[in-house]
Amino acid sequence: MSVQEGISPSPSTGDSGRVSLVNNPRVRGFIFQLITAIIIAVVLYIFVTNAQTNLRSQGIATGFGFLDQPASFDVNQSLIEFTQNATYGRVLLVGILNTLLVAAVGIILATIIGFMVGIARLSPNWMVRTLGTIYVEVTRNLPPLFQIFFWYVVLIKFSPSPRDSFSLFNAFFYSNRGLYMPSVVLGNGAIFIELSIVIAVVLALVVRYWARKRQEQTGEQFPVLWTAIGLIIGLPLIVSAIFGFPITFDVPELGGFNFRGGTRVIPEFVALTWALSIYTAGFIAEIVRAGIMAVSHGQTEAAGSLGLRPGPTLRLVVIPQAMRVIIPPLTSQYLNLTKNSSLAVAVGYPEITAIFAGTTLNQTGQAIEVIAITMCVYLTISIVTSIFMNWYNRRVALVER
Amino acid sequence: MKKFVALAFGAAVGISATAASAATLDDVKSRGELHCGVTTGLPGFSAPNDKGQWAGLDVDLCRALSAVIFGDANKVKYFPLSAKDRFPALQSGEIDVLSRNTTWTSSRDSSLGLNFASPNYFDGQGFLVRKDLNVSSAKELDGASVCTQTGTTTELNMADYFRSNNMKYEPVAFESNDAVVQAYDAGRCEVLTSDASQLYSLRLKLANSEDHVVLPEIISKEPLAPAVRHGDDQWFDLVKWTLYGMINAEELGVTQANLEEMKKSDNPDVKRLLGVDGNFGEQLGVSNDWVVRIVTAVGNYGESFERNVGTGSPLKIERGLNKLWTQGGLQYAMPVR
Repeated sequence: MSVQEGISPSPSTGDSGRVSLVNNPRVRGFIFQLITAIIIAVVLYIFVTNAQTNLRSQGIATGFGFLDQPASFDVNQSLIEFTQNATYGRVLLVGILNTLLVAAVGIILATIIGFMVGIARLSPNWMVRTLGTIYVEVTRNLPPLFQIFFWYVVLIKFSPSPRDSFSLFNAFFYSNRGLYMPSVVLGNGAIFIELSIVIAVVLALVVRYWARKRQEQTGEQFPVLWTAIGLIIGLPLIVSAIFGFPITFDVPELGGFNFRGGTRVIPEFVALTWALSIYTAGFIAEIVRAGIMAVSHGQTEAAGSLGLRPGPTLRLVVIPQAMRVIIPPLTSQYLNLTKNSSLAVAVGYPEITAIFAGTTLNQTGQAIEVIAITMCVYLTISIVTSIFMNWYNRRVALVER
Repeated sequence: MKKFVALAFGAAVGISATAASAATLDDVKSRGELHCGVTTGLPGFSAPNDKGQWAGLDVDLCRALSAVIFGDANKVKYFPLSAKDRFPALQSGEIDVLSRNTTWTSSRDSSLGLNFASPNYFDGQGFLVRKDLNVSSAKELDGASVCTQTGTTTELNMADYFRSNNMKYEPVAFESNDAVVQAYDAGRCEVLTSDASQLYSLRLKLANSEDHVVLPEIISKEPLAPAVRHGDDQWFDLVKWTLYGMINAEELGVTQANLEEMKKSDNPDVKRLLGVDGNFGEQLGVSNDWVVRIVTAVGNYGESFERNVGTGSPLKIERGLNKLWTQGGLQYAMPVR
């Protein structure tokens, strides 16, 4: 229908005047679309009622009431408080957060590695270029599940047991149980330190804005990066000195079989995030390379003749122009990484597919509801990522003057 | 267009027919094979043997059922299922019977829509640890990392046990038993927990099985039973009585070796069991010599037990709770009459 509307008045409604409704393209288009919609609705209806009838005849529980039932099992990594009395709804939340954690850390790591390798593949240095090529061909040609297994086995098999763990300053401990680190315990006055960090960040942004304006007007540059680092580290340091350093650290200690206290990064998380980052970086490297090669060589030459060195040329001239080629396929890679995080179930990382679409489904038996919720979660995460990347894409798009 | 709608409708209804169908026995007969859900590989219970054929205590039930229906124990198609996939496979009609060391619990019986025949193995949850940890009781496991399979009652029992004993622990849950064993073997966990029977079986998969020991504590009741869907009583009866047939055969002393002799027995119980008297098989919808077929195919319960998990197997599990009630155990079959 929209197609017909898009085109200028269709020939049959032209000067010949009245045409039989059967031959009117608008009417025909409408009728066919209506029929399609009805068929889809009927099929959906049949599926839903059929599922309901079958579930009822087999006496299988239905509905979303199970989300309020206590889950009575444990998970080994949770960003929010999780006790055995927690409900299945809480399990869902823990799963979503764990998925988001892998996705966020993975996307950042993959982007950094991907950009480095992508640029390395265009290096004039033979060694660097070849290493880049080997990296790309190895990582993107092996299945991600295999890579996750590989890194997991490497991590747990070749790391020491907790009793013989590597330690750094007697505060950081690494073993096949993961990495234990001191956790921060906030005392009185700590709120002012947090506040000072926020103020420092705001100040740094203001400095950046001012420096950019000044450069546009006078061409003079200002060391924004160093000022920002100074502010963000210095200001909280001064504030905490004033309040007598109210921050203490909870240092992990070996007790019994494992360490106690402190915070911990479990090996399942490391293996999964690392493997997915390495895998996705292989694809991102190629996207970056394609993006850079899409920028006309004349741009680089022009930058060179203006006296820019290779570093600034890449940063200020080539990459900004390459970005508009890079962003759309990069979005797909980010979405792939997020979805591939569901492979975690193989190494026992408690993300949504493992603990919600896995354990919860099994303990409650409500497959349809659980799978529907899980699909909605992935869909929401992916769509939000897409919307953000599309917004960013419009921002970096070439503005023609 | 009408034709198309009718077609789509027909397709949707067709999909429904398999799941909602009541007469599983008729479906199995017309299909010509029994669809049986088993583990992805648990020696002694269900695992491919050195000839590549499925064997084990749970597999024997499928073979017995196939023998009862077809007179041939080999008309079975096995569906290896993870703990996570087993219930949807049964609920959706992909398999006819789930014979996969599955614990009979109230919620599975009710809200999952399953019917459990009768326990073919009385089990309990235990702990496997390395000998060099010098741990002699599960009460000493405070702070340990525990590897287990996800989607099992094991996960829940473990949570209860550690909490009620005021101990901390870290659960590490994997989807397949192989992944659990691999992680435990690599040192990710101090403890592997599962049903005690499985621990003996999984221990065989470890690099040096002598370095590991099963702790004495049994922390739960795990009656393992074959299950069918709600809504088909005839099929439920047949599965239940196939197992009872095996147990009754042991109780009455009917073995593979003396089967022909026993057919001539004067004992009225034996005569009824073997279909010499009465039409008890026909009442179940199969032929009267159903127990003869079972014993010919897999032997009686005791024979099947010893061959798969008992003294005749690498597992060497004691009969324990699984002795007949007449010998101080729990195995008790309802009488055939």
